Amino acid sequence: MIEAVGLSKRYGPKTAVHDLSFTVRPGVVTGFLGPNGAGKSTTMRMLLGLDTPSSGHATLNGRRYADHAAPLREVGAMLEARAVHTGRSAFNHLLALAATHGIPRRRVEEVIDLVGLRQVARKRAGGFSLGMGQRLGIASALLGDPATLILDEPVNGLDPEGILWIRNLLKSLATEGRTVLVSSHLMSEMALTAEHLIVIGRGRLIADTSVEEFTLQASSGKVHVRTPDAARLGKLLRELPGVEVAAEDGENVLEVSGAECEQIGRLAAEHGLVLFELTPQQASLEEAFMELTKDAVEYEATVTPTTSAEEVAA
Amino acid sequence: MSTVTATVISTKAGEGRVTLPRVVHSEWIKFRSLRSSYITLAVTFALTVGFGALFCWATVNRWDHLPADERAHFTPVEHSLRGYFLAQMAIGVLGVLVVTGEYSTGMIRASLSAVPKRLPVLWAKTAVFGAITWVVATVSCLIAFFLGQAILAGKHLDTTLSAPGVLRVVLGMGLYLTAVGLLAVGIGTLIRNTAGGIAAVFGTLLVLPLLAEALPSSWQDDIVPYLPSNAGQAVATLHQGPHDLAPWTGLGVLGLYVLAALIGAAAVLKRRDA
Ligand SMILES: Nc1ncnc2c1ncn2[C@@H]1O[C@H](COP(=O)(O)OP(=O)(O)OP(=O)(O)O)[C@@H](O)[C@H]1O
Ligand SMILES: [Mg+2]
Repeated sequence: MIEAVGLSKRYGPKTAVHDLSFTVRPGVVTGFLGPNGAGKSTTMRMLLGLDTPSSGHATLNGRRYADHAAPLREVGAMLEARAVHTGRSAFNHLLALAATHGIPRRRVEEVIDLVGLRQVARKRAGGFSLGMGQRLGIASALLGDPATLILDEPVNGLDPEGILWIRNLLKSLATEGRTVLVSSHLMSEMALTAEHLIVIGRGRLIADTSVEEFTLQASSGKVHVRTPDAARLGKLLRELPGVEVAAEDGENVLEVSGAECEQIGRLAAEHGLVLFELTPQQASLEEAFMELTKDAVEYEATVTPTTSAEEVAA
Repeated sequence: MSTVTATVISTKAGEGRVTLPRVVHSEWIKFRSLRSSYITLAVTFALTVGFGALFCWATVNRWDHLPADERAHFTPVEHSLRGYFLAQMAIGVLGVLVVTGEYSTGMIRASLSAVPKRLPVLWAKTAVFGAITWVVATVSCLIAFFLGQAILAGKHLDTTLSAPGVLRVVLGMGLYLTAVGLLAVGIGTLIRNTAGGIAAVFGTLLVLPLLAEALPSSWQDDIVPYLPSNAGQAVATLHQGPHDLAPWTGLGVLGLYVLAALIGAAAVLKRRDA
């Protein structure tokens, strides 16, 4: 269980995180989403006491992180930037961390096997690929067999097999009753891994919702209609209360909002109009995510790479 | 919280909390698992013994041509330990690196996540690095002493450990070098940056005495003996000059500098974001 209460962090004049409160419950994977610079990593560092909040506080399993007598057994963390001395082998890195808690050497061997680093465990971590570095980070997080896991972009740099492995690992950790908080910018990845979402933008909470609910909201509720009788059908639809129709000149296409497919189909049948196509429109999760966070994007490209959700759907 | 039996992860992690002896053990593993530790210690040894022997050999060769007052002031024990001057730089660099190496690689975040109370990490580093440096420096000084005296014996210039003050000088040099190492750990923690830390250590040890020479000579006598390097070296001086601090007083003054650096380091480590 993770509880953040009014967390804020200012770096000089810059507010990285502003009055952020949320709860992460055990038993499910919780996705922590936000565009670049939203404050995800900063929040995670504050959870671990590496950065001191400007105001507010956070508890993990009921206590501040630093107040745990055996923090690695309570919380396992993998931070964004690598936290490994480049001159030390993966094995010795884990052994040194384990020693602080009296964690036995066989547990070190066990996590090395678990993350699949056996072959390179005795090599200098400085020579590791991005994916191997991520695996070592995950091994460090799992070392103390903690009830709570905090992982900052664990899939970053992993190959498809690695991504699948992480996804299954996180799910099984949650199934075991652990609290799992995973940050990402990839909504689509989180939709596959997480059950709950916490979305932030510019350091503020934007959404705290289940993935299911988010996906539901993501559907735009528009219906795409293709008909040779576009003008007549459009006119009939506009007479219905609450229905809006966008037509494209010269094309046989209507974008209808406020009416279900069934309703439109019946209406067309009653008036003997021909329909070629009748499709409910759904914005992709990625588009829905961008739509949700568009006002809170910290670092926006000068030329927006994709148009907004509606335009894409239209 | 995890009442469900782990399938992915066993519970072999055992039990037990963070204790200072465990953090010391962890720091020992960290120290012994870096190649730079061995290289720097080997360099320290080689500089102390090698240059000591070189100086002694050169003196033996030139002895008959040396002016009389130089012969009169010749102290065989100090001569055999002359390599300290370069060895202290190797130790200073290693002391800084022990800390700043963690900052530059990001390791510090792993270290402080494992020990979120933070200060045990500094104390454990100090203890582990201090103990290792003391052993290596003292052994180096003893070997440099015996080798140097063996060379000086060619002109019957050698002395023995049992001569007055000689043992104090040899062991004192080991303590001086250890103090330099600990000062470097403190400075490294304060500055966090390798280049800056090394510059600060060298500045404190080597540049301050030079700058002090620019002071009016009436001030010099009051200031120069109290500079960290001069004060510390008093313990490794056989016959004190008129303005030198007494041997153990001098080492004590250096000890106070070390203490101040470590207290400052602790305050900064505890307060700043990692
Ligand atoms: N140590 C620091 N000093 C100054 N500003 C900082 C510091 N750390 C973070 N910031 C700023 O705080 C904001 C949030 O950064 P943070 O790294 O937490 O974002 P993020 O959500 O993790 O982004 P990303 O998705 O790119 O990893 C950014 O604007 C960043 O520039
Ligand atoms: Mg980040």
